Amino acid sequence: MNKDNILLELNKIRKEYPGVLALDDLSLSFREGEVHAICGENGAVKSTLIKTVTGAIRPTSGEMIYAGEVVDHQSPIASMNAGISCIYQEFNLISELTVAENVFFGREIMKNGFIDYAAMQEKTREILVDLGVDIDPKQQVKELTVGFQQIVEIAKALSQNVRILIMDEPSAPLTNNELEYLFKIVKKLKSQNVTVIYISHRLEEVFELADRVSIIRDGQYISTLEIKDTNRDELIHLMVGRELGNDFPEDSCEKGDVALKVENLTTSLLKDISFDVRKGEILGLAGLVGAGRTETARAVFGADPIEKGTITLLGKEVVIKNPGDAINKGIGLIPEDRKQHGILAQLSIKKNISFSSLGTFARGLLINSKKETELTRGMKDKLRIKAPTLDVPVSSLSGGNQQKVVLSKALMTDSDVLFFDEPTRGIDVGAKQEIYRLMRDLAAEGKAIVMISSEMPELIGMSDRIMVLCEGELVKELAPEEYSQEIILEYASGGSNNEIARS
Amino acid sequence: MKSPAAETIKTADKGTLDRKKIVDGLSRFAIPIALGVLIVIFSIMSSSFLTSRNIINIFRQVSIVGICAVGMTFVILTGGIDLSVGSVIGVAVVSASSLMVAGVHPVAASIFALLIGVVLGVIIGFFINEVGVPPLITTLAFMTALRGVAYTTTKGLPVYGFPESFAFLGQGYIGGIPVPVIIMILVFIGGYILLNKTKFGRYVYGIGGNEEATRLSGINVKLTKYKIYILESFLASLAGIVLLSRVNSGQPKAGQGYEMDIITAVVLGGVSIAGGSGKITGVITGVLLMGVLTNGMILINVDEYSQWIVKGVVLLAAVSLDQMSHRTRD
Repeated sequence: MNKDNILLELNKIRKEYPGVLALDDLSLSFREGEVHAICGENGAVKSTLIKTVTGAIRPTSGEMIYAGEVVDHQSPIASMNAGISCIYQEFNLISELTVAENVFFGREIMKNGFIDYAAMQEKTREILVDLGVDIDPKQQVKELTVGFQQIVEIAKALSQNVRILIMDEPSAPLTNNELEYLFKIVKKLKSQNVTVIYISHRLEEVFELADRVSIIRDGQYISTLEIKDTNRDELIHLMVGRELGNDFPEDSCEKGDVALKVENLTTSLLKDISFDVRKGEILGLAGLVGAGRTETARAVFGADPIEKGTITLLGKEVVIKNPGDAINKGIGLIPEDRKQHGILAQLSIKKNISFSSLGTFARGLLINSKKETELTRGMKDKLRIKAPTLDVPVSSLSGGNQQKVVLSKALMTDSDVLFFDEPTRGIDVGAKQEIYRLMRDLAAEGKAIVMISSEMPELIGMSDRIMVLCEGELVKELAPEEYSQEIILEYASGGSNNEIARS
Repeated sequence: MKSPAAETIKTADKGTLDRKKIVDGLSRFAIPIALGVLIVIFSIMSSSFLTSRNIINIFRQVSIVGICAVGMTFVILTGGIDLSVGSVIGVAVVSASSLMVAGVHPVAASIFALLIGVVLGVIIGFFINEVGVPPLITTLAFMTALRGVAYTTTKGLPVYGFPESFAFLGQGYIGGIPVPVIIMILVFIGGYILLNKTKFGRYVYGIGGNEEATRLSGINVKLTKYKIYILESFLASLAGIVLLSRVNSGQPKAGQGYEMDIITAVVLGGVSIAGGSGKITGVITGVLLMGVLTNGMILINVDEYSQWIVKGVVLLAAVSLDQMSHRTRD
């Protein structure tokens, strides 16, 4: 390895948890002022790595060399003071406070024993102007969009003279416009000689931003490559450790009768949404964040109240009062926000999988635990959930495996119609492909599937039809031969308003 | 064929440090160990502590708190809290005793008091579920108001003069074991089955861990919460009837301050105040620890005010140890 300006070096870092080896003698080095992407299959490894670098946890063995010195017994505060910060997926912002108060939280500028708001606002403004964004330091954080909140986080790091900024899946919550901002800012940071450790599953971004990319698989360091010397296929190959076939499985099944028909669905956020899905079909819902895709799924599923509209299931008009009702009638939902809405983190895999279908296992009042174990094990095997036993808590699994658990829970209820809301968000390439394959298999079994996704390639690759939503309205339905990212985006951003085709 | 995942697990198992295991084990069994230590200390300091009579005594003394602790376990597991239990005990005591004095048969009076408990549970559940008042505030309001109901019903005076047969519930024995203890044991067994073997119990854990995910899993969260507060108020009324039978006089102040003992026992038993985790078997230990502590301190002549200090310190120490164990497990 050449010694060109190495700022941070990890030397044989090893972290063990009871029953799991999260990092296996990982060695990595980061140059000053580079954007270093980290791609890997396993979510648990990624978070362990971040926590190790920021000092939130201590590795079992191994050493960390920062700016030429061995770092020992760190804490997140110590590493922040030393110039290492992390933008987590969940922001550490206090929404009731203003931008300036957040930026200087815990390090308030004082004058005569009182907080000097004017100075804090001025310094915040300087940082924000420098980043090229127009945010009022006096604004409350809760009034900002997710994209701007992320920028406040970055400003917070910059205010403490950050030298290494770790960004954990920073693009995940952003819309396309906000993404542009993020890219600009990352490039700006780089020009200021900040080292950015950019963790992402989205290879497009890695190629857009990174100088080098390191691949980690199963807790082990695989390789570090110069971006200019590699390509997408090679990265995927290294990440997965095996050749991946075609990204999206072939659709070979017959489309059956209409399984779900929704007419004039109206809620506080939706206007007259009408669509249908056939058995064996995958219907894609496209749109920007806030266009009403998730809201459509939730309204049909009975999670949000409906003002108007009819739902017809397998030819029969139904009224759905709540999610329990929807499940009983044969509608399933795999929610967008896995942590908040999908998993029951403290419960075991088994108890998660059976949670929606306990009636099936109950003999009178009591749960038949033998039958429960049997059926949930079948599901774990079928979906290839990687875990030592059925009894480990779901929180100990990687994102991809957690998603499979959420999916198993929905599948156990034997629904006819399944809504998949961002089914592959934050999961690795290998698990993504398994989810795609599974969705196709389910369609082949005669299920009707509605898929919501912000990832265009996936939406285009998987959907038999795509409906585009914009501001709570259905603006266009596209057939496969019309698919292209540009067309979808144009409709999604309301660009083709004058030729809205509605049937 | 070996998968890489299986391989890593094996390596990690081998490497787990013994020291960590010990720390982990110590904190996990902190309450049982503390209980053991207390028993040893008290039996050294007082010759009458480890007699069969005193042991039975301890069990009888904890029976009221124990019965309510089962209900409180369910409440706290969902992330809620119930401060009204003590006052529900008071209302049950006053209503059952007033009816009996008016000539109503003890069984009918008891059933009526239990029904009042159920109705109170529904009302408390209504404010939490439908109006959206947080459990802490709802039950704080009921704690105050129901105590007032108990006092106004009897004009602040105790009520007595019950049929002799009624005394069996609180003072009788079956096979040498006091009836209140038997009732408590049955309630614990019932609670264990309910929590571990039924759908209801599973949903209780689900709500405490992630209420919205539970709702989106198709579970009727409101109904489950109603059931929980009904269960707790029902058990509080049951405890009230047993208490009434034991002291043989209907005191409007009956059960006052019990909520804190009950919550302490549940928390000592390892139930997370944030909801979602905890076991009923742990709560048994928590209840016994409280009982042994109180009983032992009386035997070695610790005055009541100092007992409060000790109880406060024990609660803080137990929860601190529990917190530290979570940190080492991270």
